[in-house]
Amino acid sequence: MEKHITAPITKETAKTLKSGDYVYITGVIYTARDAAHKRMSEALAEGKELPLDIKNQVIYYMGPSPAREGRPIGSAGPTTASRMDKYAPILLDLGLGAMIGKGKRTQAVKDAIVRNDAVYLAAVGGAGALLSKCIKKADVIAYDDLGTEAIRRLEVENLPVIVVIDCEGNNLYETAIREYAEV
Amino acid sequence: MRIINVEEITKNIKEMCIEANHFLSKDMDIALKNAAHTEKSPLGKQILNQLQENLQIAGNDMIPICQDTGMAVVFLEIGQDVHFEGGLLEDAVNEGIRQGYTEGFLRKSVVNDPIIRENTKDNTPGIIHYKIVEGDQVKIKVAPKGFGSENMSRIFMLKPADGIEGVKEAVLTAVRDAGPNACPPMVVGVGIGGTFEKCAILAKEALTREVGSHSEIPYVAELETELLEKINKSGIGPGGLGGTTTALAVNVNTYPTHIAGLPVGVNICCHVNRHVIRTI
Repeated sequence: MEKHITAPITKETAKTLKSGDYVYITGVIYTARDAAHKRMSEALAEGKELPLDIKNQVIYYMGPSPAREGRPIGSAGPTTASRMDKYAPILLDLGLGAMIGKGKRTQAVKDAIVRNDAVYLAAVGGAGALLSKCIKKADVIAYDDLGTEAIRRLEVENLPVIVVIDCEGNNLYETAIREYAEV
Repeated sequence: MRIINVEEITKNIKEMCIEANHFLSKDMDIALKNAAHTEKSPLGKQILNQLQENLQIAGNDMIPICQDTGMAVVFLEIGQDVHFEGGLLEDAVNEGIRQGYTEGFLRKSVVNDPIIRENTKDNTPGIIHYKIVEGDQVKIKVAPKGFGSENMSRIFMLKPADGIEGVKEAVLTAVRDAGPNACPPMVVGVGIGGTFEKCAILAKEALTREVGSHSEIPYVAELETELLEKINKSGIGPGGLGGTTTALAVNVNTYPTHIAGLPVGVNICCHVNRHVIRTI
């Protein structure tokens, strides 16, 4: 089913998203990948504040290529989510609303999604030029020294994603493959 | 003897890095177009159509096809009658990568040390494979490799008794485990034989072979066809979201090996299987 949602995303909205839905996101989301997650995790361990209020936010696992002049961002597709699996449950427990990436997640992440009424969304991997067109503004808000891995605040319009793991724990990667497997 | 100034290598590598990251080779383009027609899953078809659109935007607006513009893998086949002047060849290659990734607005994805992990900020060093061949020409292949798929690649040290069935099972295991992580539809490079490191290099080089081409060895060509069919029956599909297009090609390269071994390297590449080849 096709749906349009705004970001940040409330628990109420997240609960309406079902595995297999095709969703367009408009609003504000944040990028963070390996190195930024490591730093956020270290900040939490030291009892410090995160560089953003994580509640209801959408984190896009993405490190863009540099922007050409006059453009907000370069190529901007998803990176493999499983590398953030170690860090995701704690952020979900702190109120993170949704994650956008690609690829499988661990059971621990799936459990944290269900426990917190969150959602895992996939963007099409390797479609970074197309996805960049949905990003209207990009500003580094933390960890500037990490270059492409810095945390960026993005203003997006109709960013296309697919619901993979919904708040009931349904997983499209498992169900959709079964439908087409001929073994 | 032919003298080549290494500046010429630098200039070519720079251009090839930029070209590879914005334009796919014709064989890949055709394979992706065909897949969009034959895919049975509606969502799979939609994804494949998005990939077509992505390629058009990349070429027209000069935005890299994928934000992971890769670690630059460079194959150099150097004629043994060539003499290089003007500096060290390796430095010239890395200078080409540096200029290509900096001036071409490509992402700098290389860290200086696997544990310390400081970004080198110019995507150097590259990975360079040298081969000395006959003649006085230099064949350059630039194949930027993204790590979504690289991370899903595998080496299997099989036993001779495992035979061809063991090879098939190894490849299918690697592809199944890769699933959505490797951005399917994938291209699967397989290296059979040699040693531990040789099978990996064979697999890597197999990825630069034209999609749709087949090995000259009859049993290997049959193996390529059979594996592609089996992979496309796995159900993984475009984006790993279900469908009949999981791989666009399986390219297998072989090499003699030891009486005690059957090494198999499986190098998985996403649908952004980038390579540019030039001969100077």
